Amino acid sequence: MLTIKNLKAQINGKPILKGINLEIKAGEVHAIMGPNGSGKSTLAAVLAGRDYVEITSGEVLFMGQNLLDLAPEERARMGIFLGFQYPVEIPGVSMVSFMRTAVNEIRKYRNLPPLNSSDFLKYMREKKELVEIDTQLTHRSVNEGFSGGEKKKNEIFQMAMLEPKLAILDETDSGLDIDALRIVANGVNKLKSPDNAYLVITHYQRLLDYIIPDVVHVLYDGRIVKSAGKELALELEEKGYDWIKREYQKI
Amino acid sequence: MKSTFMHDIAIDNLKALFNQLENEKQYQPDWLFHLRSRAFENFLIHKFPTKKDETYKYTSLEPHFSGKLTYLSQTKCSNINIDEVFKCDVPSLDTHLIILVNGWYYASSQQELLHETSDGLIYGSLREVTNKKPELIKPYFAQSSRTINNFLDDLNLSFMQDGLFVYIPPQARLEKPIQVINLVVADEAVQIYPRHLIISESSHLTQILFCDHSLNISPFVMNGTMEIYLKDNAKLSFYRMQNAHNHSIQLTNNYITQSHQSEFKSVYVTLHGGVVRNNIFVQINGEEAKNSMYGLWLADKNQHIDYFTHVNHNKPASESNQFFKGILDDEATGIFSGKIFVAKDAQKTNAYQSNKNLIISQNAKVRSKPQLEIYADDVKCSHGSATGKLDDDAMFYLRSRGISHKESCQLLMFAFASDITNQIDIDPLKEEIETLVDKRLRGELSRCNRCSISCT
Repeated sequence: MLTIKNLKAQINGKPILKGINLEIKAGEVHAIMGPNGSGKSTLAAVLAGRDYVEITSGEVLFMGQNLLDLAPEERARMGIFLGFQYPVEIPGVSMVSFMRTAVNEIRKYRNLPPLNSSDFLKYMREKKELVEIDTQLTHRSVNEGFSGGEKKKNEIFQMAMLEPKLAILDETDSGLDIDALRIVANGVNKLKSPDNAYLVITHYQRLLDYIIPDVVHVLYDGRIVKSAGKELALELEEKGYDWIKREYQKI
Repeated sequence: MKSTFMHDIAIDNLKALFNQLENEKQYQPDWLFHLRSRAFENFLIHKFPTKKDETYKYTSLEPHFSGKLTYLSQTKCSNINIDEVFKCDVPSLDTHLIILVNGWYYASSQQELLHETSDGLIYGSLREVTNKKPELIKPYFAQSSRTINNFLDDLNLSFMQDGLFVYIPPQARLEKPIQVINLVVADEAVQIYPRHLIISESSHLTQILFCDHSLNISPFVMNGTMEIYLKDNAKLSFYRMQNAHNHSIQLTNNYITQSHQSEFKSVYVTLHGGVVRNNIFVQINGEEAKNSMYGLWLADKNQHIDYFTHVNHNKPASESNQFFKGILDDEATGIFSGKIFVAKDAQKTNAYQSNKNLIISQNAKVRSKPQLEIYADDVKCSHGSATGKLDDDAMFYLRSRGISHKESCQLLMFAFASDITNQIDIDPLKEEIETLVDKRLRGELSRCNRCSISCT
């Protein structure tokens, strides 16, 4: 589904990603862990199409297409979803009109007719129940005045609405209490299917108690320096990142 | 040299017009003629403001008066069947509908020029009231407008013929809003000077919707004056929509005078116009009065929109709020200049003012000048101004959900405008205005296209 080859990228002239290689297949859950400043969020930003990151070399193929040539909205329509680390508050834009516009744009791309008002509200209700999001949240402006936990739940709700092929969750667990964490993880597990894939970026192992990854990667200094099964996350939780750094510096 | 030349042409034209109307005895009765002569003399003394005049620094109006502009000394549009040719169907909005055509009060017969309803409301043609019931208007007419030097009001008073008159007596409770359609229908360039007078003594809320429209594309200068008086405890909401074509010059002078514990709310929406200058003067002359003003302007191409507000707190414990927003695209210019004045005795005043502008194109221009002038020492006043582009993070957030760049802009612009449109308390009207704003921001609106009217 997603193939990243030797991806290098910089921000304001400073190299952040220094040669990323990654292959994600349909049905897989990949976790990316790593210390602060290692490039995790930059990788998410590059995949979603944020323009402050400058790609210096490498390629990213998504469903066989060169992702880096596409505008953010085109990527989203193809099935890329970014769960934001810091969801943006947009006063005056209601959740309903935001989601209705987004869902219908994506339906148009998939050659489906737009949903009318009542069908849309029904669809939204189903998804709200699925991810256990508070009904009141969708009556408000996008993220406006939401608590940290509500914002993250809202990301999962949007993911449920848009049914992406590849969801990139950028530290969705940060700032969540254990109940909210469980709701977020349950949402992901319910939406998981053999046809979609997840790239979960996290600092902590605890999210991975709920979302079981097939592969855990460690990103350090702009490179993936170690990839292994889910047990790697436990090992990192126990030993920290220093041993990885030492191993990496020896090479 | 060029500007002096134009200056002279404009003034000579206006002088000739004034003399002509005087000779034609258009200027009866005597008390009105007296007021007009003083106003025109005042204009000749001060002439058009130059760029050195702070209040007209960014908007030069004299060139717009120097071309050939026909003055319509009577209504030429007298045989309109409203039901057949005019439809402004804000769905389910039932109103007292009033139509002004080229500044003249439209009525199908003489009797229709003045109405008295069972709830005591009197409304109709200002000219008719001037002739038939001058005692109703004399204590108010030109009283507020003449306290401030304003050349546009000098000209309006010099050349006005007709307009709207509304009187709401104490205890009157209007069941439906008053809707005024102020139309320009002309096939040549015209100058129009409507004058309106609204007096409310009722503590029950009255809602007035005032729409300025043009129906064809002839250039025009419309210089209107509106005087509104709120007596003790009176409550009035006033919504003004401006929607005219790119060759229009729309000049409005809005004077609001408030007494003890009165409450006035106004929402101005400038959807479209060539050059627009809205002067809004508020005199708070009673204690514990409340005034809130909201304004929104949407300008693109070479449109030029200039809002000028002046709120005077003359008595203690009153409150005023001003909230104005502009969206500027292409080469458009948006100007806001607002002043809060608090007199020495007006202690415990609360006064706020804010102007925010959204710039869509690099070539659009914004001038914003909020000012405070405070002589009392126990007051709460604040003002602020901010101008910026669409927020990058918000744009990316929307696009990352599959929404196109264009549609994301649209959502954010509409959201920016909704702070103001949300202040419209008549629901069907609010929905209609939101639809118009949405279309306008998409570039799909040239005018309120459900209006269609023709002269027979």
